Amino acid sequence: MSAEVLPFAKALSAGLAAAMDADDHVLLMGEDIGRLGGVFRVTEGLQARFGEQRVIDSPLAESGLVGTAIGLAMAGFRPVVEIQFDGFVFPAFDQITTQLAKFTNRHEGALQMPVVIRIPYGGHIGAVEHHQESPEAYFAHTPGLRVVSPASPNDAYWMIQDAIASPDPVIFLEPKAKYWLKGEVDTAERAMPLHASRRVRQGTDVTLVGHGAMVTTLLQAAALAEAEGTSCEVIDVRSLSPVDYGPILDSVRRTGRMVYAQEAPGFASVGSEIAATVMEKAFFALESPVLRVSGFDVPFPPAKLEGQFLPDADRILEAVDRALAY
Amino acid sequence: MTPLDDPDIVRVLTAEGTFAPTPQAERYVPLIEALSDTDLETFYRDMVISRAFDRQATNLQRQGQLALWPPSYGQEAAQVGSIRAARAQDHIFPSYREHVVATIRGVDPVDIIRLMRGLTHGGWDPTDARNGNTHVYTLVLGSHTLHAAGYGMGLVFDKRCGTGDPEQDAAVMVYYGDGASSQGDVHEAMVFAASYQTPQVFFLQNNQWAISVPVATQSRAPLYQRAAGYGMPSLRVDGNDVLASYAVSKLALDEARAGSGPRAIEAMTYRMGAHTTSDDPTKYRTSDEEESWARRDPIARMRTYLEGRGASETFFEGVDAEARDYADDVRVRTNALGGIPVDTMFAHVYSDRHPLVEEQRQWLADYEASFEGGQA
Repeated sequence: MSAEVLPFAKALSAGLAAAMDADDHVLLMGEDIGRLGGVFRVTEGLQARFGEQRVIDSPLAESGLVGTAIGLAMAGFRPVVEIQFDGFVFPAFDQITTQLAKFTNRHEGALQMPVVIRIPYGGHIGAVEHHQESPEAYFAHTPGLRVVSPASPNDAYWMIQDAIASPDPVIFLEPKAKYWLKGEVDTAERAMPLHASRRVRQGTDVTLVGHGAMVTTLLQAAALAEAEGTSCEVIDVRSLSPVDYGPILDSVRRTGRMVYAQEAPGFASVGSEIAATVMEKAFFALESPVLRVSGFDVPFPPAKLEGQFLPDADRILEAVDRALAY
Repeated sequence: MTPLDDPDIVRVLTAEGTFAPTPQAERYVPLIEALSDTDLETFYRDMVISRAFDRQATNLQRQGQLALWPPSYGQEAAQVGSIRAARAQDHIFPSYREHVVATIRGVDPVDIIRLMRGLTHGGWDPTDARNGNTHVYTLVLGSHTLHAAGYGMGLVFDKRCGTGDPEQDAAVMVYYGDGASSQGDVHEAMVFAASYQTPQVFFLQNNQWAISVPVATQSRAPLYQRAAGYGMPSLRVDGNDVLASYAVSKLALDEARAGSGPRAIEAMTYRMGAHTTSDDPTKYRTSDEEESWARRDPIARMRTYLEGRGASETFFEGVDAEARDYADDVRVRTNALGGIPVDTMFAHVYSDRHPLVEEQRQWLADYEASFEGGQA
C-alpha cells in the first residue's frame, strides 16, 4: 500500500494527472483552469506540466465548453470539462441533456461519449448567489448520464480516473466544502468500483444515507447519537446514477430504519428516489417510514441563512428520533 | 434592393443560366473552368435526383408513411455545390434539411427516412466509411455547430490539418440556417472556432424563413457580416447558383484544410416548400415572393447553362429516368420497412452496463410475455 494524506482538491488533481499520464488524449477544458489552476486550484500546475493544448483555458462560454467537448470526443479525445460553479452549469444544460446524454443512443452504440463534466456543488462556503447549488437531480433524472459524487480524498483520486475511463458521459459532482478535507489516499489500489455505494460506519439502530458533503455531517450525527445510546450505520451513496442499492438495502434490513440527508431541495430529489425504492424493496423490513432531511424547497438562500437551510447534525438527529418513535 | 442584388454577392450564372460572373466572382472563375463536363453533369444530376427524392419523401409523409418531412426543394444548388467541394476525409455536420448533402456523401436515403418515420433517433453511423464522415442530423438548432468546432479543435490538436498535404489534411463543414444563426450556440461555436483556428467552414443556408419568421426579424445586418466580429473571413454567395456555391466552398475548405482557420459562407437561397410538412407557408408568405424565387430555380438555371454548352436531350432524359428510378426505389424500400423490436428502446442508453435500464428491460419483457401468447 502506498498511502499519503492529501486534501481532497490535491487528491483530485493527482487523479487527473494520473489519467493524463496514462492517455495522451485525455484533456482538461475550463475557465481559468490553466494559468490560475482553477478557482479552487484543482488543476494547479497541470498546464505547466501538460501544456496549453491539454489544459485549456477556454473562452467563457459553458454551452461552448460542453458542445466542443462533444466534438472532441467524436474526434477521439476524452475531455474533462470543469464548470466553475454549480449555478453556471445551466447555460450548458441543453448541450448536456439533449446532446451529450443522447449521442450513444442516437448512434445505436456506434459512437461513445467519454466526457466528464466536473461541477463543484453545494453550500457551506458562504458564497454569493449562483455559487452554492445542488443540481444533482436534474442530471440523475437524465437517461444516458452517469452521476457520481466523491466524499473523501481517496474517492476523489480514484473516482475521477474511473469517470475518465468510462465510455459514458459522467457528471462528476465535487462537494466544494470538502476541497480542503484531508484524508488518506491509497494511490496503489482502488477500493471499489465507480458505481458502488459504501458503508462508512457500522451501526444497528438506524441507517443514515447521503452523498457528497453530507456524508461528513452524517458521521457527526452518528457520533452524537452514539453518545446518547443510539447506534447509527452510515452509507455514502457515491453514485447517484446508477444507485448501488445493495449495501443500502442490506443495512436497512438489519436496522429497520432509514434517514436520507441531502443539501438539495427534497421534492423530486435523489433522496426521494432512493427512499421510494427502499420502501418498495424492503417494505417488510421497515419499522418506520424512510425519512428525508433536505434543503428546503426554496432557492438557495443568501449566505447568512445557509446555516438554517442546510441540514446539520441536529436536524438529522431530529429525524432519527422521529424514526425511532414509530 | 433584394439581398440577391447585393453588389458583393458571388454569382457566376445569371438567373437565366448565362455565364456572367459578378466582380466578386472573378477570382473563382479558374476553379469553375477546371471542372470537366462530367463534373458539371454530375452537379445537374445530383440536383435532379435530390429533388425527386425530396418530392417522394413529401408524398410519403402525406400518405402517412413518415411522421415529418423537412423538404430540401429549392436548396439543391447550395447543397450540391458545397458538398461536391468537400474531400473524402472532411467531416460533415448537417442540421436536418441537408438530405442532398447526406445522400451525396453516401448516406442511404432510406436511413434519413427511418429517422423521419420514427424508427430511430439517428439513422446512420457516421463512423461507417460508407457514410462519408457525415454526422447524424441534429434537431436542436445550432447545437451541432459546437460539435463541429470541437471536432475541428481535435483536428488541430492531432495535427490532422495544416500539414501542407492536401491528401491528408482534413476540414469540417457545418450546415445551419438563418433561423439557427439566432441561437447562442452558433455564436459560441464561432468564438471557439476563431480562438482555436479550427479548419472549419460555417455554411449558412439562408432560405429566408425560420418557419414563419422572416430573416429580417432575426437580423438587422446581413448574416455573413457577423463573421467579421469573430475575425473570420466570410462572403455571400448566390445559393441557387451551383457553380458559385461549389467554387466558394472549394476555396474556403482548401484554405481551412491548409491551416488558415475558419471561414463563413452565407448562401442566399429559398425553400420552395414548407419548413416541414407540419406548417403551411401560404399563411406567412406571398405567392409573389415564391414566384420570384421560382424564376431563380437552381435546376432550370443549370440546365439552360448545360444546354448552351451543348448537352444533349438524351442526357437530360437519362437523368430524369434515373431520378424516377431512384425515387421509386425509395418508395419501395420505405414501404418495406418493418417495425422495431421493443428491446431497442433499452439498447445503447449507456455503453457500459446500467442496472436500472437492465432491470426495466427485463421487467417489460416479462410483462409482455405474461399475456396469452406473449407480445414480446
